[in-house]
Amino acid sequence: MKREAPKSLADYSPLFFPGLMLIVFFVVPFSTMIAVSFFQRDPSGFYTPDFVFDNYARFLSLFFAKVLGFSLMLAVTVAICCVVIAFPFTYLLTKRPRKVQTIWLVCLLSVLSLSEVIIGFAWSTLFTRTAGITNLFVAIGLMKEPVALTPSFWAVLTGMVYQALPYTILVLYPALVRLDPTLLEAARTLGASPVRAFMNVVVPALRNTIVATLIMVFVFALGSYLLPQILGRPSHWTLSVLITDQAIYQSNMPFAAAMAVFLVLMSLALVGLTLLVGRRENAL
Amino acid sequence: MTKILNHPISRRAVLGAGVASASLLAMPSILRAQDKSIKIGVYGGYFKKSFDEHIFPEFTKATGIAVESVAEPTGEAWLVQLEQAAKAGQAPADLSMMSQTSMLKGQSTELWAPLDLAKIKNSSNLLDHFVNKYPDGRVAGIGAVAWYITLVTNTNVFATAPDSWAAFWDPANADKLGLLALASNSFLLEVTATTFMGGTKALDTEEGIQKALEKLAEVKPNVRLWYRDEAQFEQALKSGEIPMGQYYHDVTGLAAAEGQPVRSTFPKEGGIQDSGSWVLSRASKKTEEAHAFIDHMCQPAVQSLMSRKVGTAPTVKRELLDLTPEQFAGVSSDIPPILPRYDLYTTKADWINQKWTELIVG
Repeated sequence: MKREAPKSLADYSPLFFPGLMLIVFFVVPFSTMIAVSFFQRDPSGFYTPDFVFDNYARFLSLFFAKVLGFSLMLAVTVAICCVVIAFPFTYLLTKRPRKVQTIWLVCLLSVLSLSEVIIGFAWSTLFTRTAGITNLFVAIGLMKEPVALTPSFWAVLTGMVYQALPYTILVLYPALVRLDPTLLEAARTLGASPVRAFMNVVVPALRNTIVATLIMVFVFALGSYLLPQILGRPSHWTLSVLITDQAIYQSNMPFAAAMAVFLVLMSLALVGLTLLVGRRENAL
Repeated sequence: MTKILNHPISRRAVLGAGVASASLLAMPSILRAQDKSIKIGVYGGYFKKSFDEHIFPEFTKATGIAVESVAEPTGEAWLVQLEQAAKAGQAPADLSMMSQTSMLKGQSTELWAPLDLAKIKNSSNLLDHFVNKYPDGRVAGIGAVAWYITLVTNTNVFATAPDSWAAFWDPANADKLGLLALASNSFLLEVTATTFMGGTKALDTEEGIQKALEKLAEVKPNVRLWYRDEAQFEQALKSGEIPMGQYYHDVTGLAAAEGQPVRSTFPKEGGIQDSGSWVLSRASKKTEEAHAFIDHMCQPAVQSLMSRKVGTAPTVKRELLDLTPEQFAGVSSDIPPILPRYDLYTTKADWINQKWTELIVG
């Protein structure tokens, strides 16, 4: 069936509702934020409408560059860890009977009902010296004495991967379920081992899904501000933590807005770059 | 103490309160029926609970004015909400208890309606520095309660209590401290200046502040946790996970009374004294009721009641109170306190914040 190009206004009508929602929930708030980022900050009070670049100028320093760099690095690491863990897991899950799959998915969904605060405090307790998992290791003779595993980079990474993993699995699941099983059968018939077939057939076949998932987890992890505070040292605080600090504790909305705009631009640029690279490789 | 358990109330709650108050005003009959009422914001959690149980009912009994208490989040966040609401002509709370830094910031935008001391007879009982004034002499706020931030330790880990803030700098305490994460609520610059630089006057110049920051940087290897959320530190202190730090004297006292292995010590340099003031939003129409409430709260008997029931230090003169020496020692100390340099957090707010962030994050 040939799809005809929309001609009249009525043909465009299905777009009105999503368009309106996009304007109300994205364009308006985001524009407000951009506007505020140019306002003049009054250190003893709030801010006055203006058009100044001070807020951006303050951000352009080695200190904030390092924090931004760390935030991006952390988000990328979380995204990679999540996909590396979730992809084989989801693949194996799709090979189970329907009933088993449902049980697993329900369990994963229930993890999503936990708030970031609960996840943060649960992991910080698990990682303590006095009550944490290292006491278990001591009991079974793996370690000499219990140690504190938090605050550390690994604690932050663990918490964030834990939080993002259910999303990752839920995004990968539909694509893996729909994967044509004959592809794999063909590979096996031609003599490939299961691992080799998985790496050489399944992974490349779903490359676009994997890239999309990486991007989703990356963006999700970039906004995290509670877990780095609860599980990390100040050197592991992300830019989002500093934005919260400025907005809530310093009542410096213009600077917080400028940082947020910068963060959004950086992540958009990275996402764009990823898509661009992906397209070029596809074209080859 | 202010901030114990003060889980910020949600935006929805504030909006809800706004809608509720608007609809209340829109219905004159109901308004008339509740002629004598006032909405008062106090820090949420333990603080609000104590006020609801012991303080507000007494006031209603004495004056016939009903009190609707509102849980407010930490000072800075509440300030932003009050300011936004006032711009729209709304007052989520008529009276609020405000920390000093936020109180000063609110002054710069004239957020606080001036108070008339003639209608607050009992204000003469107050210690002088608990009357907050605009630069031109109008009264912006009246001291509500005072509290101390002191040196706290876990008694299982530290058999004897340290007697000086200098313990924070002791290399033996590596990775053992829990400190507040913001310059404007930890007041560690003042502590450093008092302990090593002969007093907070050393912070008058930017060079002085820089020196204090450098001295403070030596503490970093000892700090395990820079906390924003009190619950996070309190738990770690009780379990001995983080056995030393700075915390609120009153809450630590309550925990010790419950049998937890914690103690609060007034160091020889003094505890940090901070306080909350009653302020009236300029959008409020309950001026009369607000004055009546503040007047009620300035009575020595009510201040004594708060010290006994809420655990805060009084803002009225010591000789007017009927507290026993033990009760007074429980909430205060005879060692002269370290008074925060609130002026720094308004005049040099961004500069200090930047240096501070670089200090702890860098």
